[in-house]
Amino acid sequence: MSDLLTIAGKSFASRLFLGSAGYPNQQVFLDALAASGAEILTVSIRRADLTGHGEGLLDLVAGKVWLLPNTAGCATVKDAVLTAQLAREALDTDWVKLELIGDRETLYPDVEQLLRAADQLVRDGFTVLPYCTDDPVVCQRLADVGCAAVMPLGSPIGTGLGILNPYNIETICARSPVPVVLDAGIGTASDAALAMELGCDAVLLNTAVSRSTDPVRMAAAMKAGVEGGRLARLAGRIPKRTRAEASSPELGLIGT
Amino acid sequence: MNPGIIRGAVRPCGRLRSHPSNLIRVMPAKGGPKISATSTPTRASSRPHVIVIGGGVIGLSIGWRLAASGCRVDLYDKGPVGMGASHAAAGMLAAGVEAEPGEQPLLPLCRESQALWPGFAAELKAASGRPVGLRREGTLVVALTRDDVALLRTNYEFQRKLGLDLHWLNGAEAKEREPHLNPRAAAAVFSPADGQVDNRAVTAALVDAFVASGGTIHEGFAVDALELDGGRVRGVVVNGEVRRADMVVLAAGAWSRRIGGLPPELLPPVRPVKGQMLSLRMDPAAPLASHVIWAPKCYLVPRADGTLIVGATTEEKGWNADLTAGGVLALLEAAWRAIPGIEELPIAEMWTGFRPGSRDDAPVLGPVPGVDGLVLATGHHRNGILLTPVTADCVADFVLTGRIDPRIAGFGLDRFLKGREAAA
Repeated sequence: MSDLLTIAGKSFASRLFLGSAGYPNQQVFLDALAASGAEILTVSIRRADLTGHGEGLLDLVAGKVWLLPNTAGCATVKDAVLTAQLAREALDTDWVKLELIGDRETLYPDVEQLLRAADQLVRDGFTVLPYCTDDPVVCQRLADVGCAAVMPLGSPIGTGLGILNPYNIETICARSPVPVVLDAGIGTASDAALAMELGCDAVLLNTAVSRSTDPVRMAAAMKAGVEGGRLARLAGRIPKRTRAEASSPELGLIGT
Repeated sequence: MNPGIIRGAVRPCGRLRSHPSNLIRVMPAKGGPKISATSTPTRASSRPHVIVIGGGVIGLSIGWRLAASGCRVDLYDKGPVGMGASHAAAGMLAAGVEAEPGEQPLLPLCRESQALWPGFAAELKAASGRPVGLRREGTLVVALTRDDVALLRTNYEFQRKLGLDLHWLNGAEAKEREPHLNPRAAAAVFSPADGQVDNRAVTAALVDAFVASGGTIHEGFAVDALELDGGRVRGVVVNGEVRRADMVVLAAGAWSRRIGGLPPELLPPVRPVKGQMLSLRMDPAAPLASHVIWAPKCYLVPRADGTLIVGATTEEKGWNADLTAGGVLALLEAAWRAIPGIEELPIAEMWTGFRPGSRDDAPVLGPVPGVDGLVLATGHHRNGILLTPVTADCVADFVLTGRIDPRIAGFGLDRFLKGREAAA
């Protein structure tokens, strides 16, 4: 059964995007990446070692994953655009996860700047996947300027609080003309499954795996969670009822 | 000007005068070394002649052990000895509080080496006449916010399950131990076994001990390549000239992959992991801290002389050695949040260094499959000072006997080669 995720004409079998930061060490990261089955890896371009000395993270994953450079750490349009251009030069990809942080306390996206940067990068030929608030109108605007997908947050980065506004996420998924990738806030596998059940096309996560007690096992759990949620979404859940209804037939019982 | 940045001044020149014949010191300069480092073997013995590449704590301590047991040992360093990670480190001996998920295999080795440290320090003092600043007040891991407490509790429970001797303190108990802590400190974990040494004093003592045992240091001589002959190392190539030896120990830290002569897959998987650090000057009579303190986003290491070391960033930046505004800002802000009183202290020094990070953060120790006569002692990442005693003992023992000590059996290069086969 083929159920591919397609973004900007490129198809992937896995619907889990993995981040590369904060693992205990590179070997654990490589093992977790393998266990997650993720095909898309996001890398902070400002924090990555681009020198290619043979043992850097990018050297170790070369050829194994589709790289999605991100602009983590950027706070202005200028920063973000320059960082995206650097990523395009260094990694030979025009894909970018656009991250423009408006506030160091909450790490919330700065929506006004995000829209401007997205517009500018799309015009410059980039395939832009913006990290954004869980606001259906903002997601619509980002799609309108030509973003290849939208990446609304479930809850603030690194909190592991899960999806705090499932209603908004479901609304965004129902209306979005481009794929929706839930990004940030995932704490455990059921959060990832819920995102997929709500209609997301994929899930991006990092800390929930990298800082767990057993990252490799948690990576496998996330893979299963995303797959389970996706299957449930496709299968179609039953309507919720307020009263019990026995699952076995109640007529024709022996003795009646 | 900052005294620590004038690097010549911190080198142990005085001591070396007592053994001038053993030290061939050539500062890196245009035109390369002018003095030939070929010396006549003075001992006739069955002990192997060993070349050690790298003059940090690891290379020096292995060299010291070997020289003391009668080997002829020549140690080469591309610059002055002890100026890489050994100089940049903080000297924490923190097997307990640094234990983290995913790195359980490393814990027994760290605990073993931590237990060896008091004896090693005493031996080193006897051999060099220098104290190494071993302090055993213990380590405090401090939580300032509710989120910090939740994280500290998770780590505490994880580390307790590993059998570590740790004690949960409430905020008041923490401030009783360290009265200058931020009054907001909400909780702390106390680890009595985790202490510190002064790593720069250790390096200076190791230089003296090594030279006093008959070892020879060649400073300013970069080893370009290993000299290989039919699967066996015969020596090293320095400035195009072959220097022969029976065994070669590669202990070049973050620079270990820069040695030519090996096929790429047999180079140890070690990379430079940049760290920025700084030190402040406390009044030694009224220090702001006596324990090693781990606070959110920094650690503080108080030396007996009043120096307070603040570290460290962890950055994947290749060989970029810049101190950055953001790095220093982050360290100072985190240190100030932990101990507000630091704002009055003068800054003594700021520096960067390269941890030799292996792929799994554990050291790479022992032989290289298919290359006789080559021994690895590298990749110690942030644990180089802590792991010096056990590394010196086990690697020297391997050089002398060919026996792989059970304590280092899981830390050979073969663990990465197996991964390659499984992946293929």
